[in-house]
Amino acid sequence: MASLPALPRKYHAASIWLLYAVGLVPAAYGFYLGATGMLPGNPVKEFEHLLGLWALRFLVATLAITPLRDLFGINWIRYRRALGLLAFWYVLMHFLTYMVLDQYLNFAAILTDIAKRPFITIGMAAFVMLIPLALTSNNWSIRRLGPGWVKLHRLVYVIAAAGALHFAMAVKVVALEQMIYLALVALLIAWRPIRPRFNRWKRGNNGRPQFNRA
Amino acid sequence: MPLYRPPRIAASDITPEHCFLNRRTFLAAAAGGALAAAGTPAFAEALKASPSQYKVDEKLTPEKDVTTYNNFYEFGLGKGDPAANSEKFKPTPWTIKVDGLVGKPKEFGLEELLAMPLEDRVYRMRCVEAWSMVIPWVGFPLAALLDQVEPLGDAKYVAFETIVRPEEMPGQGGYFQSLPWPYVEGLRLDEARHPLTILSVGVYGKTLPNQNGAPIRLVVPWKYGFKGIKSIVKITLTDKQPPSTWNLAAANEYGFYANVNPEVDHPRWSQASENRIGEGGFFGANRRPTLPFNGYAEEVASLYAGMDLRANF
Repeated sequence: MASLPALPRKYHAASIWLLYAVGLVPAAYGFYLGATGMLPGNPVKEFEHLLGLWALRFLVATLAITPLRDLFGINWIRYRRALGLLAFWYVLMHFLTYMVLDQYLNFAAILTDIAKRPFITIGMAAFVMLIPLALTSNNWSIRRLGPGWVKLHRLVYVIAAAGALHFAMAVKVVALEQMIYLALVALLIAWRPIRPRFNRWKRGNNGRPQFNRA
Repeated sequence: MPLYRPPRIAASDITPEHCFLNRRTFLAAAAGGALAAAGTPAFAEALKASPSQYKVDEKLTPEKDVTTYNNFYEFGLGKGDPAANSEKFKPTPWTIKVDGLVGKPKEFGLEELLAMPLEDRVYRMRCVEAWSMVIPWVGFPLAALLDQVEPLGDAKYVAFETIVRPEEMPGQGGYFQSLPWPYVEGLRLDEARHPLTILSVGVYGKTLPNQNGAPIRLVVPWKYGFKGIKSIVKITLTDKQPPSTWNLAAANEYGFYANVNPEVDHPRWSQASENRIGEGGFFGANRRPTLPFNGYAEEVASLYAGMDLRANF
């Protein structure tokens, strides 16, 4: 079983804040380049696409935490909330960029887009579903909602699927890149019904679950 | 998509001036096959052209953007891919075969095409993806070439075909093919003969860079950019509406006519406005209204009199 050197407990909180900071670097750097005219061609679209792509990456990373623990014994559960919230912030920035920089707050055009264009409808739905998840991504909500919290947060599977679909439907030609994200999301979702059986089998083999502390 | 692709310097920008062949030397060399033997991939050469009345009075899109922000799927799907992946492409020697319903089928060599009466044309270019440019083309009316082959009375359409060279065009090889090759396009004969329709051999006063469709491409300024088929090797006069690649790929999204029309949306985005490329960063980029027939309605609207432009998009 793969095993990573354990991170001393006293650094856990700091490592989570570091993840937030590093996670926001692509957006900050992209914004800096775009605002100073250093993004080539169509800077608004470049930035909009960059934000959308990173949102999808963070969603994939969020969903990867559980299989990573099941399959490789790497327990990074402490980073999952940060990854999920980063995904939310990127989706929010992606939408704001579309609304302000791309559409110049032309609300009629934006509403038409959301109502008439399936890929935008799907993307918008994913954004709306992310809002309650972001609002309840704190310890107080987990205590307060109890088992309802777990149920609510299963929405992330729908959101990730919608995100990957939104990406594939937005492009003129579905290429390898879009297929990779569709496949990753499909695999990560498919793992969920498999994992109880897999973990039972693993426990049966080892006598007890083995989670190495990373 | 990488976070940031550094702006590529067009091959034409880095060729030292003293290396430029002048036109006469170039023609002589091309005729003698010397250039072919040299195998120069980018043959950036200054072109002499006469001024034309077709000059849009708008700020030109910077040459850097015209030569690095391209859709040319034969070289990849990214906007920077054509500039990045086309250095192996050899635009010389080159011939265009013109056949079909014509009195005098003919093969035109590149030297003949470059010797046509070239004009400087400044056109708006509206991409179907809702962005636009203003581009100084060098070219000659397609009608001038058609005149030489004498289309027959029953010729109604003109079909065009791009070269297929997977070894020089990475987008044409590999497991994932974005489109069926060769890229094909078509025009109605009256559209093809319209004085605005040109075969372009240059941009910004020099021969076309590979990423812009070297050595010769179509430019139809009142239609979406994808009608402007690049690196043409074959032109066929026919009596049936020819297939066009994007129409084959998604008929509900890309019509045969593809006239720029702010009233008819692409199913996935509005065509009412466009983003002008090369206007600086976020705050310089400006969204402007799209004009019917891309601003050329006065010249071309009569070609479509009585036609339902929603059905024939």
